[in-house]
Amino acid sequence: MVNQVQVKNVYRNFGAVKAVDGVSIEIKKGEFFSLLGPSGCGKTTLLRLIAGFETPNFGEILIDSKSMKDVEPNLRPTNMVFQNYAIFPHLNVEENVAYGLRKKKLSKDEKLEMINKSLNLVGLSGLNNRSSNALSGGQKQRVALARALILKPKVLLLDEPLSALDKKLREQMQSELRHLQRAVGITFILVTHDQEEALTMSDKVAVMFDGKVEQIASPRELYEKPISQRVASFIGAMNFINGKVIKDDKKIIFETKIFGKLSLSKKQISGKNQNGKLTLGIRPELVSIRSLKATSKELMMGTIKDISYFGETTYYKISCDKSNELLTVSSQNSFGQISFKVGEQVKFKIDIESVVGFFD
Amino acid sequence: MSRASKYLKIFAYTYLIFLYAPALLLPIFSFNSSQIISFPLTGFTTYWFERLLYQETLHEAFKNSMIVAISSSILATTLGVLASRSSTRYNFTGKQISLTFILAPLVLPEIIVGVSLLTVLIQLGLSLNLWSVVLGHTLLIMPFSILIMNSAFNNLDISLEEASMDLGENQIGTFFRIILPLVFPGIMASLLIGFTLSLDEFIIAFFLTGTETTLPVYIWSLFRFPKELPTTMALGTLLLIVSLILLSLSEYFRRRSALSKDSILN
Repeated sequence: MVNQVQVKNVYRNFGAVKAVDGVSIEIKKGEFFSLLGPSGCGKTTLLRLIAGFETPNFGEILIDSKSMKDVEPNLRPTNMVFQNYAIFPHLNVEENVAYGLRKKKLSKDEKLEMINKSLNLVGLSGLNNRSSNALSGGQKQRVALARALILKPKVLLLDEPLSALDKKLREQMQSELRHLQRAVGITFILVTHDQEEALTMSDKVAVMFDGKVEQIASPRELYEKPISQRVASFIGAMNFINGKVIKDDKKIIFETKIFGKLSLSKKQISGKNQNGKLTLGIRPELVSIRSLKATSKELMMGTIKDISYFGETTYYKISCDKSNELLTVSSQNSFGQISFKVGEQVKFKIDIESVVGFFD
Repeated sequence: MSRASKYLKIFAYTYLIFLYAPALLLPIFSFNSSQIISFPLTGFTTYWFERLLYQETLHEAFKNSMIVAISSSILATTLGVLASRSSTRYNFTGKQISLTFILAPLVLPEIIVGVSLLTVLIQLGLSLNLWSVVLGHTLLIMPFSILIMNSAFNNLDISLEEASMDLGENQIGTFFRIILPLVFPGIMASLLIGFTLSLDEFIIAFFLTGTETTLPVYIWSLFRFPKELPTTMALGTLLLIVSLILLSLSEYFRRRSALSKDSILN
């Protein structure tokens, strides 16, 4: 597939602050791409650079292989859904949606057909004459979408579009946005600080910290094989356990207090061995708890220190007999499952094939 | 606490009485049948108001005042819109200083402004006519206009402008389709305040007017004729009513422009 948006080594400073600090990204046509990071990481600035509201200090942005240098926002093949929706308060729903059609040479009937079609697309049929002040947050969001999509942009930019909605509506809009994107086939670039949102909606996610892109990967890869401790702890929960390398060969053998000697394949490990220290990363669901009766070589002894019940999942904190480090463990609650109590002695094991390691 | 608020209440009422009681005398004496302005009242009449209809110099002064008030309020509002747009949206060197100078007439004694304008105009060899009054009044109204427009522009969410640009509209289109409609209440408030200020203004008009007098200057000249005093009172009553209506209207528009931000954020 073709790259539709290319960000080539782009820098943008605000005074001494390096908001975007040498970012390169390629986004394929029809992809749902997310820029994920904590607030202040430069993701919104990057989106505004693509929209044309900011100018790079250095570097270049191309859309369909055409440089966007000196192209004003109104002439770019992009449209944006703003964080606060930016619905024009003096215009009604229909006038808002039709705002960008003025310069297109269309008859009144053609325009009305387009308006109704795009209102239908976002589920607002029949609200043409509703005043924009009488809209709920979710409806404003849909008007903003309809207003942008009616112009058939090559790229739709979304700046934290769901952050102002309550949880239930947000989840509903997440799946609607995803369906909408598949239906229209337009490239979507979404800015979000919500890792769950990025994972559930995107084809690809770029994780940003301090103006730099740390990792670009599919949601699954990002979760299962984060390339740094920062990415790992930003996306989901992870246990970090310090270890010391014993042998650095085809396989890496290292020692931790809890688990003793372990070996990982090089594919499981990110970074370069600098000082022989390695951090083991274990997602909570990669640890499984057994009762004391269970027998297997790999099982280790531990004590349950804390239990948090979340409905479909229960989180345990386990202290290990060999070390006082606490492991966070999650377990799906299913029918017939044994439940444990605080203070109970248990056995547990980790899925060593799926854990990751980081050299610092 | 309650005692303090009681004294504050008394203070507030005394203040209001001192401020507005003299103005209430205007309508009272303008309907009084005696030529002499004093209590007790002698009887009710509308004669003084009828007399206003036959004073040709008054009509001339009224026309002049209208020309000056309309021109200067439009001029000051236009300049005010431009100035506060640039001061609220852009940063440039000398912004603070130039704003301070534009706002200076708010605190400068009008007589100083009047005398210095007169000196400058005469030095430049310009003749005094209605347009010199328009210039003086524009100078005087500008601060009010800028303060009103500043709050209107500050309430304007910048993402609305960006959204307009993003939807394919250029700068000029965005100004006319988004910015202007949204600051329109502010513009109305500024026009009405400017009109009222100019209509009532005496000192600058007195210095800068040539042979064509404005209404306040005409009223002042009437004081030389004691028998015209009740007529003047009648005229004053009418001016008071017009001013009150204009000010209420302008306050209505100003509040609407201040409210518009809340409706955007909802």
